[in-house]
Amino acid sequence: MDWISKTIAENEFVIFTLIKIACAVAGLLTMVAYSVLVERKVSAFIQDRVGPNRTAIPWIAAIPIIGPFLVRLGIFQPIADGLKSFLKEDFTPAHVRKIYFWLAPAVAMVPAFLTIAVIPFGSTLGKQQMVIADLNVGVLYTFGIVSLAVYGIVLAGYAANSKYPFIGGIRSSAQLISYEITMGMSVIPVFLFGGTLNLSELIHEQAGWHAWLPFVPNWFVFQSPMTFLSFLIFLIAAFAETNRLPFDMPECETELVGGYNTEYSSMKFAMFFMGEYAAMIAVSGLMVVLFFGGWTLPFGGLNEMATSIPMGLAHIGIFIGKLLCFMVVFIWVRWMVPRFRYDQLMDLGWKRILPVALANIIITATWLWWRA
Amino acid sequence: MYVKRAQLSWWEKLYIPGLIGGLRITWRHFARTLFKRAVTMQYPEERWVVPPGYRGAPYLVKDQDGATKCVSCQLCEFVCPPKAIRIIPPGPAGQIADRPNAEKMPREFEINMLRCIFCGLCQEVCPEEAIFLQKDYSLVGLTRGEMIYDKEKLLALGGVHPGVQKWKHKLDEAKEQEMFKPV
Repeated sequence: MDWISKTIAENEFVIFTLIKIACAVAGLLTMVAYSVLVERKVSAFIQDRVGPNRTAIPWIAAIPIIGPFLVRLGIFQPIADGLKSFLKEDFTPAHVRKIYFWLAPAVAMVPAFLTIAVIPFGSTLGKQQMVIADLNVGVLYTFGIVSLAVYGIVLAGYAANSKYPFIGGIRSSAQLISYEITMGMSVIPVFLFGGTLNLSELIHEQAGWHAWLPFVPNWFVFQSPMTFLSFLIFLIAAFAETNRLPFDMPECETELVGGYNTEYSSMKFAMFFMGEYAAMIAVSGLMVVLFFGGWTLPFGGLNEMATSIPMGLAHIGIFIGKLLCFMVVFIWVRWMVPRFRYDQLMDLGWKRILPVALANIIITATWLWWRA
Repeated sequence: MYVKRAQLSWWEKLYIPGLIGGLRITWRHFARTLFKRAVTMQYPEERWVVPPGYRGAPYLVKDQDGATKCVSCQLCEFVCPPKAIRIIPPGPAGQIADRPNAEKMPREFEINMLRCIFCGLCQEVCPEEAIFLQKDYSLVGLTRGEMIYDKEKLLALGGVHPGVQKWKHKLDEAKEQEMFKPV
């Protein structure tokens, strides 16, 4: 039995990384499933409807008071949705380009999952740091991976070999590339303030209370007007990057009958769907880390690295709580603003937001240089 | 047709009034649904009140005495636009009507509810007031055969119609004629 403990000791890093990956992916998938439910419920409520409230698992639904309440809440709906997409016929139309058609859903989904590798979702649990890969260039990695997601959509539009998906793919390539630049520009002031590209270190920069405002956490959104502007630009770009309304040009149900995923069915369609929500979660996580202090809260000693297991769990809870707030924002904005026209979208991206982002970098740099 | 676009002020061009307006409207609806009630009707459990004069499924009715009103004249069969009604008359040696003053009643009376268009012509044409469009609007069955309603089913669903009994007074008069004893 000696060799087992020896192997574990030697490969501790690999084993714990694998465990972290498994947990993070499981958590992400659960959140994807339930954000679909939240989306359906919130959308329903905004439209005066009730949303999913029928799905019931026999034994759990039979529990006196809790059971019917959970059924009304639609808690079991994601299970039914998942089962349904597995059982549906996976139809491949005759006119598609088969290889790309099969490749596209995977290409659309994988980048969103890869992004979470560098996002610190907690401080420490025991001796383990709660981030899968603590890269020094974490943000560069994230932007590199996020921009890969466009290939899935473009590929889907090309592979489908019919007009609506094709238009969706074209729109998406133009839109995602232009907003990618804006997104990259918008976070530079944060790095100028923080002085690092490592996401975990950026969180330490945001610990504690604000320097000159009472009862305001020292998060990057509140640290200066420049970083606040950064956040606004990043938020807008995030909506465009994740293809959410008001910028859902590639999908655009009303004009393009579903856009790039028109020809897809069953699990392939579900993979696009999961990719979209995973991307939303990843971008929300990124916003929490960059602008809203990651897993920290300025009181109760929660802005220090955790020393005990409960504290570590509390940090993970705080991170997920902040992330869910952003998910609700994503969902809510869908019903607040009507969709932009395609030219308005490009106009907004290149002529309005990008200059502001560039000016923001220069102003921040000048201010920091003057202060030093 | 030309639609003049409204000139936006710089404040409106920032999209901020639009965002605030959107937030106000969505929040109003969200809060109303959350704290009060959704407009959704939970269909199979709750049902809407069917207004009088509604044209639902056509059923055969019985009179106050529980007798079949239909006399198998086949007018409804002839008038039915989608040919949903099929009547088999009793024939010369067939069963006689179950009420006095009627020559015959249908041996079989079928309405194919899959063909019926709920137009109400059968009700309009019926000289005996024997068929009425009633309030059922949700007709379900697992097979096509199940959706062809036969006489028993139509009579059971139709119930009693407390309307005029067209031949009742003729019958009474005839009975009085028989009672009359010349002096």
